[in-house]
Amino acid sequence: MKTEIICSGFGGQGALTIGKFLAKAGMGEGLNVSWLPSYGPEMRGGTANVSAVISDKPIASPLVTYPDILIALNQPSIDKFGPDIKKNGLLIFNTDMCPHGIKRDDITIIKAPMNQIAKEIGSMMVLNMVAIGIVIGKTGIVKYETLENDLNGFLKKKNPELLEANLKAIKKGIEIGKK
Amino acid sequence: MEIIAQRPKSLTDIQFTYCPGCTHGISHRLIAEAIDELEMRNQMMGVAPVGCSVFAYKFFNFDMAEAAHGRAPAVATGMKRARPDMHVFTYQGDGDLAAIGTAEIIHAANRGENITVFFVNNAIYGMTGGQMAPTTLPGMKTSTSPYGRDEKDIGYPIQACELINSLRAPYFIERVSLLSPQDILKAKKVVKKALQFNKEERGFTFVEFVSTCPTNWGIEPVKALDWAKENMLPFFPLGNFRDRSLEGGE
Amino acid sequence: MAEKVLMKGNEAVAEAAIRAGCRLYFAYPITPQSELIEYMSRMMPKVDGNFVQAESEIAAINMVYGASGCGRRTMTSSSSPGISLKMEGISYLAGANLPAVIVNVQRGGPGLGDIQPAQGDYFQATKGGGHGDYRLIVLAPSTVQEFADMADLAFDLGDKYRNPVMILSDGLLGQMMEPVEFKPYKTEEELKQLDEQHFDWCMHPNEDEPNHHHHEINSLEIDPLILEQHVIKLGKKYDKITKNEIRYEKYNISDDNEVVVVAFGTAARIAKSAIDELQEAGTSIGMIRPITVWPYPYDAIKNVLHDKVKKVVVCELNLGQMVEDVKLAVNGKIPVEFLGKVGGILFTPDEIKAKILDKQGE
Repeated sequence: MKTEIICSGFGGQGALTIGKFLAKAGMGEGLNVSWLPSYGPEMRGGTANVSAVISDKPIASPLVTYPDILIALNQPSIDKFGPDIKKNGLLIFNTDMCPHGIKRDDITIIKAPMNQIAKEIGSMMVLNMVAIGIVIGKTGIVKYETLENDLNGFLKKKNPELLEANLKAIKKGIEIGKK
Repeated sequence: MEIIAQRPKSLTDIQFTYCPGCTHGISHRLIAEAIDELEMRNQMMGVAPVGCSVFAYKFFNFDMAEAAHGRAPAVATGMKRARPDMHVFTYQGDGDLAAIGTAEIIHAANRGENITVFFVNNAIYGMTGGQMAPTTLPGMKTSTSPYGRDEKDIGYPIQACELINSLRAPYFIERVSLLSPQDILKAKKVVKKALQFNKEERGFTFVEFVSTCPTNWGIEPVKALDWAKENMLPFFPLGNFRDRSLEGGE
Repeated sequence: MAEKVLMKGNEAVAEAAIRAGCRLYFAYPITPQSELIEYMSRMMPKVDGNFVQAESEIAAINMVYGASGCGRRTMTSSSSPGISLKMEGISYLAGANLPAVIVNVQRGGPGLGDIQPAQGDYFQATKGGGHGDYRLIVLAPSTVQEFADMADLAFDLGDKYRNPVMILSDGLLGQMMEPVEFKPYKTEEELKQLDEQHFDWCMHPNEDEPNHHHHEINSLEIDPLILEQHVIKLGKKYDKITKNEIRYEKYNISDDNEVVVVAFGTAARIAKSAIDELQEAGTSIGMIRPITVWPYPYDAIKNVLHDKVKKVVVCELNLGQMVEDVKLAVNGKIPVEFLGKVGGILFTPDEIKAKILDKQGE
């Protein structure tokens, strides 16, 4: 099984990190993964996006043209990649920054006010974790425990408060994804 | 019987290929003698330039690298960092150091690399046949400034010591001449001082030799010395520009 | 088994180089390879190594020349425009028989071009670039793991043949992350052996008299008869490398192949996707992926062209460079078609499929 994902948003929204955490967790679970960012002038302000592939077979092309899953944190991301989502694919988007959404009835769409949820949890930095939560709640592509492990290793000593907020955000996302 | 003078061990037996009256032979010998006297030869490495002294790698009797034109200070940087237990010098002419290799010399000096740079300034390109150098004097005729160097068109000669003296890192900067026996004796002391500082890892040391090129100047060797004294020294004043060992609080 | 880490190609090759015993690295920043120089600036002080951010690419490659002349494992890296600047030094390294590793994280050209992945430096890497009769050993990775493994291989080949080695990568491999497994760090004893392996020719401290040596690091031979011998000797070395070091991957090669694809690096990855999809649909396509692009696997290509193979398709991220070598290998036997993409844009597996099936524009 191969899942091709594009994560996209404004620079600073954490779209690249979504792809990185999903890929890292996939690797932790023994899967093949790749993470290919857009780079260069788009690093700040523009549409920062990343192709992430998680697969049980070796990954040939790391470049995702037709994603199984698109995680869009802003409207330009939907406009750019939404039409290319595979039939029966999944679009997850942030209603706070995507006023127009998309007109497609051949894909599954999950929307959530990610800015608002992040604000309620207490840090805009966890906006992208809500999105990760939705992905795993909906698809089970990687396990929550793997992510928790990775985050523990990364943040437990450095910033325990942020760690808590991150885990909270993922759990909230999972809830939304499972609905 | 006591030997009072002999060929320095730091020179090979190969005969110099320089023109009659050329001062390269003198500067080679001063450097070799100083290295012998300071007992640095077993840990010495040198970098030869592109120019008349391109074969310096054959003449000095320790490990030598031949660098591309102007790149000697970068090559020396790599050598010193690869073998910090050894001592490194470069030997460069005016085209090499002050034209094509300007970036390399300025930045090696600015990093304060623990190397010594010997700069031979004879105001002309020797090996390629007497073309204009960055140090060619105003009005001086060469094969590429046949009407004399026009400073309004091509600028003034570059004064290397003064340029390097504008940087903070260098430890020792001095200009000497090879134009008279007295000057040569003085130059020897300065060469030895620079190499002593090199041995002690004090930082970047720079010695400029005001030299002659009788062949390409088209002047007899002895007259060339006088010509240089009259014409070059006003533009390239001799003396010490910096000696951090004399500064307090060191 | 060592633990896998998720890493960018640029960082993975740097880490692998350090593990291979590289303690001297000189470079100048340029996109898309800057993570490599940043990684080295962080790590070199921790392993008692030496890092210099040089004033230019030219200075960096000449620092490599000096350090390599001292017999130490030395590396530099850059991206296309910077590699052009290094060409002077590369020619000198080759002329002086010096080992060194040069990483090119290719981007779109010519001139300033752009900063996206491309393969436009194939000619420069494999056919010259610098002046004179010389050859670089050129390794072309197509995964982050292979990129990292090639650091080790490049140093070994460089030392074995006293020749500069280029790793010809691109912006995609430099920027993407994949899981990597590293070899262990060299031990102190191994590092000492590496350091001393070149003592018969390199610059190093002298013993006292009478064992004083005089080693020259040099590419100048002013006497034509001596230069002739020097270059003939280089040629013999290149022959030996060609005989011993050709590397390539056979992908899905079988008696059923109707078309054979030839692609290297990133282009080969994308071609693999196309080949997999076609195989699922019942069409058998094989691929030869050169791993050494110099020396080039001419025979490997020639040998898979059995009667059923109708044509060869060459896919490159340029206007058509390696295709010339493929044509030499095929030698007019069957048609050789080319699919290229320029400007730092990647082709999609669909485009490759269309080219293979003659369905372009449909």
